Amino acid sequence: MFSSRLMLIVTFFVVVVLFLIIFVLLRKSWPILSTKSLGELLSWSWLPSQGKFGFSPFILGTLAVTAVAMIIAIPLSILTAIYIAEYAPRKLRAIVKPFIDLLAGIPSIVFGLFGVLVVVPLVSGYLAPLFGTTSTGYCVLSAGIVLALMVFPIMISICVELFEAVPGGVREASLALGATRWQMVKHVVVRSSFPGIIAAIILGFGRAFGETLAVMMVVGNSPVTPSLFGPAYPLTALIANNYGEMMSVPMYESALMLAAFILLVVSVISIIAARLILRRVERRWAVG
Amino acid sequence: MDRRKAEETFFKWLTAICTIIVVGSALAIVVTVIIKGAPALSLSMITQTPSGGYYTGTAGGGILNAIVGSLYLAFGATALAIAISLPVALFLQRDYAMKSGFTGFVRFVLDILWGVPSIVLGMFMLTIIFFLGMRASLGAGIIVLALLELPIMIRAMDAAIRSVPDKMKEASYALGATRLETSLKVVVRQALPGLLVAILLAFGRAIGDGASIMLTSGYSDRIPTSLGDPVASLPLAIFYLSGLPYSGAKEKAYAAAFILLVIVLLVSMISRYILKKFSKYVVK
Amino acid sequence: MLKPHISVQKLNVWYGRHHAVKDVSVDIPRKQITVIIGPSGCGKTTLFRSLNRLVELTEGVKISGKVLVDDVNIYNPKIDVTEVRKKMGMIAQTPNPLPMSIYDNVAYGPKIHGAKDGKKLDGIVRRHLQAAGLWNEVKNRLLDPASKLSSGQQQRLCLARALAVEPEIVLGDEPTSALDPVSSQRIEKVLTNLKKNYTVVVVTHILRQAMRIADYVIFFYMGELIEHGPSREVFKHPRRAKTRAYLKGVIS
Repeated sequence: MFSSRLMLIVTFFVVVVLFLIIFVLLRKSWPILSTKSLGELLSWSWLPSQGKFGFSPFILGTLAVTAVAMIIAIPLSILTAIYIAEYAPRKLRAIVKPFIDLLAGIPSIVFGLFGVLVVVPLVSGYLAPLFGTTSTGYCVLSAGIVLALMVFPIMISICVELFEAVPGGVREASLALGATRWQMVKHVVVRSSFPGIIAAIILGFGRAFGETLAVMMVVGNSPVTPSLFGPAYPLTALIANNYGEMMSVPMYESALMLAAFILLVVSVISIIAARLILRRVERRWAVG
Repeated sequence: MDRRKAEETFFKWLTAICTIIVVGSALAIVVTVIIKGAPALSLSMITQTPSGGYYTGTAGGGILNAIVGSLYLAFGATALAIAISLPVALFLQRDYAMKSGFTGFVRFVLDILWGVPSIVLGMFMLTIIFFLGMRASLGAGIIVLALLELPIMIRAMDAAIRSVPDKMKEASYALGATRLETSLKVVVRQALPGLLVAILLAFGRAIGDGASIMLTSGYSDRIPTSLGDPVASLPLAIFYLSGLPYSGAKEKAYAAAFILLVIVLLVSMISRYILKKFSKYVVK
Repeated sequence: MLKPHISVQKLNVWYGRHHAVKDVSVDIPRKQITVIIGPSGCGKTTLFRSLNRLVELTEGVKISGKVLVDDVNIYNPKIDVTEVRKKMGMIAQTPNPLPMSIYDNVAYGPKIHGAKDGKKLDGIVRRHLQAAGLWNEVKNRLLDPASKLSSGQQQRLCLARALAVEPEIVLGDEPTSALDPVSSQRIEKVLTNLKKNYTVVVVTHILRQAMRIADYVIFFYMGELIEHGPSREVFKHPRRAKTRAYLKGVIS
């Protein structure tokens, strides 16, 4: 049948695209991967005009902002999901859920703008003095806060779904034994959703890891050792800030392509891991 | 006993406070954009392109270039994505699959594609642009945004189509319809609300993205007249203009943010509306 | 004649507009097996779940009337509902083991009420698994996940779990309807043994089962209490026409 042949071709094309992306980025990174040693690539000096491409500040920058984002987002997301799924009366639930969807739909640039207008002054004016330091506000903490806001909806909606999927019988059994609601939630609901929560965290991590615009606007873009109230320079910002100059310096293009390739590999691994975990969770509920 | 009760009350309040923080942040973001953006809106802002050059920015003109640019990009990308997504989504139905192993693999690949950061897609597209001798342009932006939309749209369409009961398809076959006829006349009709929502979802994602088009669509104060022209967009307008120290530029950025947010909210509200009302032929 | 353990007084339960339990007043005798019989969907489960206040978990439910346990109204808002539930152990229709090991399932109840001593918990687990007739089958694999047990074994585990919090009353909601005949028989045997120390209330739609184990019978139909009394009286000499019809199998 002509049409099913066409559909097969189109589908094939879509699958090929992913492999093409991997292939292209790897190929473009190859020059720098083959000529520089791992030690050079992991060094601290980034001076493209001198041929020095040490990625450590950027890798650490990405890790720092992602870590701060996850530290903020994980407890808040899980606790919020618990409230929505377990404590909120039906009417309240109907009001809160759209707000989570709203957060999910806001474009990242708007988060960035909010970061610049609200988070940065908040950090430099209140939080830094509170902790006894000074800060311009364009720092790891601000980036972490902004990223956490972006990650909330993913984690919250997955967790709510997980919690709502816990069968009523097991909940009742716990309550019938005289457990308080919190005890039931802690021992039964959260515990049995644990693998799914891990998957949600991984997906949230992937989102924070790959974010560009919002982070760029508040992180300070300075390739130094990251500190909470000091600036940093994540890989995504590195690429976005320098893609314009990359053709003029030898190896620069390859270096930025390598940065992109690193981002690609990490995101692919995260998705696979999260997918595998969620598959197992689905299967468990389907059978039992 | 009191200890347990205290614990219960404590956690009840703790989780409620967390919810308030999250909901409050969503509100704060929207309110900030409205407060900053609304005063910046004027008829000239939305109907004129910038005048006075990129670096002064304070002088008159508006952000029509970005508004139209974003609409061109998003509509173009969505159209391209629909053309690809619909066949794939239909393919993923068991009817067409030769073995379910392959469809599982396809869905797996799509999940991975979904997670690829947009800056990575931008770098990929940049390479393709150089390779094909293209320039940063509307056309390139459309292609990369379509790539961004594909996983979202296919996944949502897939879900919508899968919700069509098998009995309905069987009834159509029993009457002698071909696979294609059944797909187009029965399945698509029944799944139509879901398909429309899938399209809107992808559209909303595309119009809000900045990293991928930053690298591939260029930027311009003018409205493009062909696919080869560079094009402005709302996210990039916000990004570039908010960084300039001139108050006129910042105002444009806020106005752009306001409009972008309005578009995204509209898209989401229309989706909700469609799901509720637009089910004339849909059998429950 | 011992004082009734539970005294239901003018209990009414509504699910929204549906009046599921209509003005029911009945006493449940101490240390006997009381069986609530009646056709499916007639409200007997609702009545049953009103005894340990699980019924109030459903949204839109309204309750009026009193349920006195040892002269204390459990619906008094000042009362702590978790203590009420602790007094009543419940087994559900489908076994619902908690997602933990066999040991942890039984220990769960005592733990949430504050028990910490390891040795004591060991003793509690063993005692109640024995009482439920499951000890010999699991004594060598207490740390295995409860989900590995057969459904008959799981139901006995749920019984042990319920007993571990040392309730006074044991409630069984169609405890054997999801089980095979051999497991059903075992559960019935355990329930019959329990009445030495506990007041047992069982809901069932299996008439034969009721006839086998009941000391006291409550016949419930369409939300109304039709007849109640010692089992010999109700089964051999039913007073109401509806009861007779049900026993004959006319209504089911």
